[in-house]
Amino acid sequence: MNLQVADMVLRITTVLYFISMTGYVLFLFNQKSIYQKTAFRLILTAIGFHFVSIMIYTIATSHVPIQNLSQSLSAAAFAIGCMFLFFQYKFDLKILGVFASILLCGIMLVVLLIPDAPVEKNAVLKGFWFYSHIILVFTGDAALGLACGTGILYLLQEKGIKTKSPGFFFKRLPSLDFLDNVGYTCLTTGFVLLTIGLVTGFIYAKTIWGRFWSWDPKEVFSVGTWLVYAALLHLRLYSGWRGRKSAIMTIIGFFIIIFTFLGVNILLGGHHQAFTK
Amino acid sequence: MSKIILIGINHKTAPVELREKLSFSDEETIAALEFLKQDEDIKESLIFSTCNRTEVLYIPETGEQVDKIIAFISQHKKVDISEFKSSLYIHKEDDAIRHLFRVASSLDSMVVGEPQILGQIKQTYRTAVENNASGVLLNRLMHKSFSIAKKVRKETGIGDNAVSISYAAIELANKIFSDLSQKSVMLLGAGEMAELAVEHLISNKVKDIVVANRTFKNAVDLAQKFNGQAVKFEEREDALKDVDIIISSTGATDYVLTETQVKQAMKKRHHHTLFFIDIAVPRDIDPKINTISNAYVYDIDDLKNIVESNIEQRGKETVKAERFIEEAVLKFRKWMESLAIVPTIKALNDKMSAIVEIECKKTLSNPNHFSQEDIEAIKRMTRAIATRTIHDPILFLRNTGDHRDDSLYLNVTRQLFNLDIPEEE
Repeated sequence: MNLQVADMVLRITTVLYFISMTGYVLFLFNQKSIYQKTAFRLILTAIGFHFVSIMIYTIATSHVPIQNLSQSLSAAAFAIGCMFLFFQYKFDLKILGVFASILLCGIMLVVLLIPDAPVEKNAVLKGFWFYSHIILVFTGDAALGLACGTGILYLLQEKGIKTKSPGFFFKRLPSLDFLDNVGYTCLTTGFVLLTIGLVTGFIYAKTIWGRFWSWDPKEVFSVGTWLVYAALLHLRLYSGWRGRKSAIMTIIGFFIIIFTFLGVNILLGGHHQAFTK
Repeated sequence: MSKIILIGINHKTAPVELREKLSFSDEETIAALEFLKQDEDIKESLIFSTCNRTEVLYIPETGEQVDKIIAFISQHKKVDISEFKSSLYIHKEDDAIRHLFRVASSLDSMVVGEPQILGQIKQTYRTAVENNASGVLLNRLMHKSFSIAKKVRKETGIGDNAVSISYAAIELANKIFSDLSQKSVMLLGAGEMAELAVEHLISNKVKDIVVANRTFKNAVDLAQKFNGQAVKFEEREDALKDVDIIISSTGATDYVLTETQVKQAMKKRHHHTLFFIDIAVPRDIDPKINTISNAYVYDIDDLKNIVESNIEQRGKETVKAERFIEEAVLKFRKWMESLAIVPTIKALNDKMSAIVEIECKKTLSNPNHFSQEDIEAIKRMTRAIATRTIHDPILFLRNTGDHRDDSLYLNVTRQLFNLDIPEEE
């Protein structure tokens, strides 16, 4: 019964995400602040509903809904929503909402379309280290996703300026400096969260399987992803990889994350596989 | 009914020499307004004078008084009428209102969409009010012109696009750097062009200004003028390490900065963005520098292209602005018409009858209390009270006397009784 309620709230959430996206797209085209404000309120409400849906599910089944692919994606969307709210509050980069809302709608559409695989109760998926690992990795990935978004905005603005044809985006996007700055903050925030998330994951593995590292494909790829971002930050700080190069790298980095998140489980299996059935 | 008339010259009808001759300084404007105020044929007046236009907006007591105003301009500016008569435009009624709205909205400016004009109009209005030269009609008209100008600015893209080279350059700088006040500028060449460019940047408050010039003395002079710092021309490559915007305008025939030099400098500055504005012909900055990551080069032609496309864009927005103005003219016309005696008396009567009806309905809604005769009597009485209450005010409005300002009393009446047509703002 309660599961049906959770599912219905999730459907309402998705509808709200979609209306919010419409508002943001309208804002992109005619720049009236009323559209942006309404869209922002809608996305705020949607994220609230999303949270309620997750809570209802958690209370009803006494475990968090990340047990299959659809639930994991929904949780990822929720994490992206929360990180978006955080960065929107911090930087007031209104146009980022266009990217965030489109991304959220895309994910939620998949969530509703793919079949909800039956969930087996798994006693291992509990405890402080497990929840820390989940929360940190999801929010970290979400922040890196937003870094990718600002990277895309940066490249759009940069292209217009470099080719001397300031077009559609010139007026609508802020300065390159600012976008680079926001991207950098998203990047460092995401990187720190991901780092701690990986560490808590190792500790969790130790408590369950008795060892920190078991050459699970997901572990290997996660560390690989982490190394890519570590390299990017290093290049930025010591070799001046800022601006365009940094933007391209954050976009590539996010594709690696998507692969680590979905591809590895689907193609390579391993002990994270259950989450994406 | 009062007429609104506007007589003037502007940059479209008169060359600058003539505009200069007919321009009114602040003191002259005050003196002229004082003179017009004394004139019994002129009810309200206002003089608007900038470097691009001189206009007299007035409301005559009787007739149109066009010749009188032209003679007045000639007399005050000591210019023979024959010299400027052919350049004058004379707008009456709706045309005058429309013209004022277009001027305030910067549609009639030399650079359409430039933002200074509204401030100048406000100043003109303030002068007229302070000297009691304007009255009910012109005050309302001016206020409407401010609000239409704001609407045009807000709801059309007319002020959005930079339509001069230096504005286009600054707009670009603002889209590259987030905060110009933290950025330093280097000038290569200390000519007049460089000076002009910097003046614009200074109004945007940059952090530092460095001047490099072949003749060191000129660099020092210019640097002093802008509180900057002068360096030798040979030091320009070193200076790239610390500056963010380079404006070049030397007379050199070769490039004064090459791709190799900038590549070197980029390493030293950890690839922080550099923006080159090359206004020299032939060019000073190697265009290949634009291919370096985080370096942007705009030469004079690039800037001109941007300006041209912006001007085109502005033209489209003008159509929208003209529509807003047309609406505003109609609305103002409606208000003017309502300011006549007959419509005001009618509005007053309607308002009273409405009140009587509502109150009677309230009191008599319970028929059991009153007999039919009572009801009739009460209705008669309330109607009589209403009619008598407004009898004297109506009489007064019908005979406002010889030298009194009709529109003033009509306006007061409309405000006292709240008779104005509600406006959707």
